[in-house]
Amino acid sequence: MSTTNTVITEDIRAKAKELLSSGEVKAFLGFTDGTLPMTTRPFVARRPEDAERLVWNSFCVMNLANYLPELLKGVEPPRGPKDPPPEGPLPKVGVLATGCWSRNIVVQIQENQVQRDRLVILGIGSRGMVDRKKVMAQVGGKEILAVEEGEDSLVVEGRGFKKEIVRGDVLRDNCQVCVHPNPVIYDYQIGQPVPAREIEGRFRQVDEIEAMSSEERWSWFQNEISSCIRCYACRNACPLCYCPTCFVDDSRPQWVGKSVDPVDTSIFHILRAYHCAGRCTDCGSCESACPMGIHMRLFTKKLEKDVLELYGTEAGMDPDVPLPLTTYKSDDPQDFLVTEAGGQASEQGRK
Amino acid sequence: MKALRLDQADLERWFANWAKTREVYAPLEQSSTSQSISATRSYVDWAILRDGRFPVLDRGLPKSPIKKFFLPQPEVLFRSSTKKDDPDAFVLKEPEEQKDRRVLVGVRPCDARSVELNNLPFEKDPYFQSNRARTAIVGFTCRDRCQTCFCEAVGGSPVGTEGMDIAVTQLDDLYIAEVITDRGEELVQEGGGAPEASEEEISRLKESKEQVKSLFSSMSDLDHSLEAMKAKDLFALYNAPFWSQLADSCINCGTCTFLCPTCYCFDIQDEVVKGTIRRIRYYDSCMFPLFTLQASGNNPRGQKVQRVRNRFMHKFKYFPDRFGPFSCVGCGRCIRECPVNIDIREVLRDLLAVE
Repeated sequence: MSTTNTVITEDIRAKAKELLSSGEVKAFLGFTDGTLPMTTRPFVARRPEDAERLVWNSFCVMNLANYLPELLKGVEPPRGPKDPPPEGPLPKVGVLATGCWSRNIVVQIQENQVQRDRLVILGIGSRGMVDRKKVMAQVGGKEILAVEEGEDSLVVEGRGFKKEIVRGDVLRDNCQVCVHPNPVIYDYQIGQPVPAREIEGRFRQVDEIEAMSSEERWSWFQNEISSCIRCYACRNACPLCYCPTCFVDDSRPQWVGKSVDPVDTSIFHILRAYHCAGRCTDCGSCESACPMGIHMRLFTKKLEKDVLELYGTEAGMDPDVPLPLTTYKSDDPQDFLVTEAGGQASEQGRK
Repeated sequence: MKALRLDQADLERWFANWAKTREVYAPLEQSSTSQSISATRSYVDWAILRDGRFPVLDRGLPKSPIKKFFLPQPEVLFRSSTKKDDPDAFVLKEPEEQKDRRVLVGVRPCDARSVELNNLPFEKDPYFQSNRARTAIVGFTCRDRCQTCFCEAVGGSPVGTEGMDIAVTQLDDLYIAEVITDRGEELVQEGGGAPEASEEEISRLKESKEQVKSLFSSMSDLDHSLEAMKAKDLFALYNAPFWSQLADSCINCGTCTFLCPTCYCFDIQDEVVKGTIRRIRYYDSCMFPLFTLQASGNNPRGQKVQRVRNRFMHKFKYFPDRFGPFSCVGCGRCIRECPVNIDIREVLRDLLAVE
């Protein structure tokens, strides 16, 4: 096992055990080992001895912020829907946070989904997570029976093959262009911060799509979502998707059809992406969760780029900077939504 | 039982002949590479077999089960229109019965068995039965075991032929096709026949099957049989403490249910688009809050833990209580595809441990 991960795992276990033993937190949210190579399972430790099951490796692909609103409610003392909240502070929850997850926690704080004073955040600088689909592709789709993770490589084994793979080659697409690997808010630092990254062409995949003609772009989009089975793993893995009733589940009015008609599937993906505009941190959970290998992360990446270019902000970088689409400023750019009388939308607007 | 001997060219001849009168589906590579975007995906899934391609049989199970051929997403139950000039506007009419015949080639024993299990609740469903009547299954018995396979634990077999019309077993240099049903015999005739296997070849077939079976029993992570589950008290299982821990990890998506060969729950809705009414039956999932939401607003499974529990209780308690067998074929798709690695075998071990 890689030394960095071993050290981080030990630190996480020690800190979680301490927090649970002292009673400072009622539950600790981390990962435990999965039952298959290259998998982990989000896991809630509730007793000090559970802390021994926590692990850290390159396959921690689910965004833990996703679980926070429900977990925080779950640790509150039970009460009826009309009962007032109990007096005194509510129990706390411990959680691991990398750069993107910590930014999602900031967004959740800004959107009143979680309370900062009820969280104990263990910050971890992320070296990037590995895409297991990419690893499988490297061995021609053969079944992988064991993976040994080294510091900068993976040794992958199956029936009749053993191969060493460079870690950097199989990082998830989002991790490859990540410029904020270190947590923006935390209470304790676990391991060492990761050196700041300069990424050449941070939006290169989006640039490529923008360079297409609109017909090419539409056919790319249609092809990308053609295998969607509407299981909503992307939505349910997303820390931004906490609506009590999602628009796809509304029946009065019903915004979108229920089976796999391409029009309905398109509407689902387009609306899901737009709901994430100015809030998405490109954590990549949606893509990691998708059983069909759809690159829906590129839809939100485009919006991340637009928001950065139009408003000059990135989601969740600073709890004191309000989210761009929930604030109004008189000098907000509006070329892309307002057409001057008699004229067309400006050049910038049509981009 | 009749057993025929074929080589690959014979099989290809069969496939080509069947394709003249039927749609032939097989597990095929589904790769897609966007021209410029460095984003690719690749997996094996069901598609029409054409252009001399051969089923991909050495990459484990296809991504999706074969239930879409029997329980299509969606199934149109009735049609009508809202048009003023249509004298039958708003009168629901059954769609014309689909008659196109199909052959699924390369179906593994677990997937073939799923059709038989789904047939229990859908025995009197005309849509399912009509799809079943027009879909022949040419199965291929297993030679390898994936790390997620557990068919034997739930009553199946890696060399089982349940649900198949023809069962093909690959020996090193040749294929033996066992003809199971009359429809299988019809397919053999249409395909152009093949010589009967010799006694020596049949004994090789038996030997090979025994070998595969021993591979499974020696590697199975689960006890050989889950039959003990059937005698357990329903409420003891229902109230077991481990469900809440499972719910801690689950994100309540529909990946496991949609990719499960034996998850058949559905919802029905009327879709009205441009003057056309379709009453459709489409996949639902017990993981979704809407699954049990009542018109009053009450939801008897309003919490995640209740929804997670239902999938397993249905498969391993409610279904066997009603129909006999478990509603699971041990294909392992839910284990492989679950975004948070919920492993049904662990749940089974936990259930078996309940006193």
